[in-house]
Amino acid sequence: MSLLELAGVEKSFGAVQVLHGVDLKVGAGEVVGLVGDNGAGKSTLMKSITGVYPVDKGTVSFNGSDITRLDPGARREMGIEMIYQDLALAPQQDVANNIFLGREPTKRLFGLLPSFVDKTRIDLEAQEMIDRLGVHVPSIHIPVGMLSGGQQQTIAIARALTFKPKLVIMDEPTAALAVREVESVLNLIRQMQNEGISTILISHRLNDVFEACGRIVVLRRGNVIADLPRNNTDMAEVVSYIVGAHG
Amino acid sequence: MIRLLERTHVRVESLLVLAGLVILMAILSPVTGDGTRVFLTANNMFNIILATATFGILAIGATFVISAAGIDLSLGSVLGLASVSGAALVVTLGWPWYFAIIGALLAGSLAGALNGFIVTRGHVPAFIVTLGMLGIARGLALIISSGRGIYGLPDEILFLGQARPWGVPTPVFILIAVALISHYILAHTPFGHHTLALGDNENAARATGINVRRQRMMLYTISGFMAGVAGLIFTARVNTGDPTAGLNYELLAITAAIIGGTNLFGGRGSILGTMIGALIMGVLQNGLNLMAVQAYYQQMAIGAVLIAAVWLDQVRSRGRQIQ
Repeated sequence: MSLLELAGVEKSFGAVQVLHGVDLKVGAGEVVGLVGDNGAGKSTLMKSITGVYPVDKGTVSFNGSDITRLDPGARREMGIEMIYQDLALAPQQDVANNIFLGREPTKRLFGLLPSFVDKTRIDLEAQEMIDRLGVHVPSIHIPVGMLSGGQQQTIAIARALTFKPKLVIMDEPTAALAVREVESVLNLIRQMQNEGISTILISHRLNDVFEACGRIVVLRRGNVIADLPRNNTDMAEVVSYIVGAHG
Repeated sequence: MIRLLERTHVRVESLLVLAGLVILMAILSPVTGDGTRVFLTANNMFNIILATATFGILAIGATFVISAAGIDLSLGSVLGLASVSGAALVVTLGWPWYFAIIGALLAGSLAGALNGFIVTRGHVPAFIVTLGMLGIARGLALIISSGRGIYGLPDEILFLGQARPWGVPTPVFILIAVALISHYILAHTPFGHHTLALGDNENAARATGINVRRQRMMLYTISGFMAGVAGLIFTARVNTGDPTAGLNYELLAITAAIIGGTNLFGGRGSILGTMIGALIMGVLQNGLNLMAVQAYYQQMAIGAVLIAAVWLDQVRSRGRQIQ
């Protein structure tokens, strides 16, 4: 059984239809590359999975249950994490608070006052996660906006992994990174796969996609036009699908 | 000490400004017959805090909405509406004294909730919605009171404005209580974290599952509620439901929040900083009064302080970006 299953997903913005009935399956522990030209609908498709965009038609199911009507918060609770291209970080808040944004652990002070944010625990667990990923940030107490692009990317990944997700969607995670940082992100994806976490990797960098993914799905004008096992294809074929040479 | 300031996001500069202003006013203040500076008398200190209490509570409301990259221009007018609403229920309709409290708080909260509702549901910019509410609330206050003050509130209500338990005016206790609770909410609860995140990057807030709409709705309601509390104190202090109460107070409140370190564009806010900002405004007003500076010039001074504070903040944040 697939972990994630999309059937006939359609989405329009005003008069513009972006997704024309997309079917997609992702198995547990699978790393799937999603490629396509600009405007093919990749980001819209991903936001339909995370629930940021409610779909107009079709169903999204996860782990055997229908999640089509659930909001982003509920889907995140179920184990779907997305790392956005714009990183979705709050630049003036510190590293630790960003990692726990939206799901702050709380404690009761004197057993009376409700829901005090447990800052000690946030700092402790954020530091653990940073160490586990082998990321170098000057301090977890500085505002995220003061970090480099690569560091911010790793903070975004750290945030996604802190809550033991089942599926992580990464939108162009390597686009803005230095060569060494790209390698560590790809290693991270492999590490996640070993832990049984599924990944959908959206990227224009086919090298990275071929290195990390077992299966490559090509989106063109809001349709899935190819679904290719990596071992059965090559870059030339994928490119020809992307540019529409296969009709 | 520095750690504490950092943790509470209080700016060292604002403390220095406050200290400098106090010294300046003490030097410039007139001297009484026995050689003491009028500014430094205990009585005058109480006057400062008493005046600060009213718009200080408004400034707390302003801090909540501005931290989330919103704005509430209707604070002063809603204060007036709350003042009149509470007084009308008790004095005009003859209901029991506590309806002055219920009426003021309810009127404030409802006006705030209406602001929030239109901002979140109608997608009308907060600037426009609250500017409109500035007119609506003031007009409504004048209609309810027929344009006249409603005098003669019961002793229980006057206690909230005029009594001095242990020698300290009641509004000071109310201000401290409201400030502490608000500080706890903004700095230490998930609600507070979400407020700052929303002001910092709305997309990030939404993407992490924060209910942005509900968050905004609650923030504007809190802001209105604070105007209600301030309106109640005002009523009790002057023994009048005054339809012109709080005129131009939004200027004071927003200025206090900004010079206290709240980022006008959201993402950063501190209640304790706002309290220092409110004290700065209180000291400035009081000192100018003592020096017999005309009220017209005071308005100008306050306006200039607001612009200067935002200007300085822009210079600072540009400096940070270049780094």
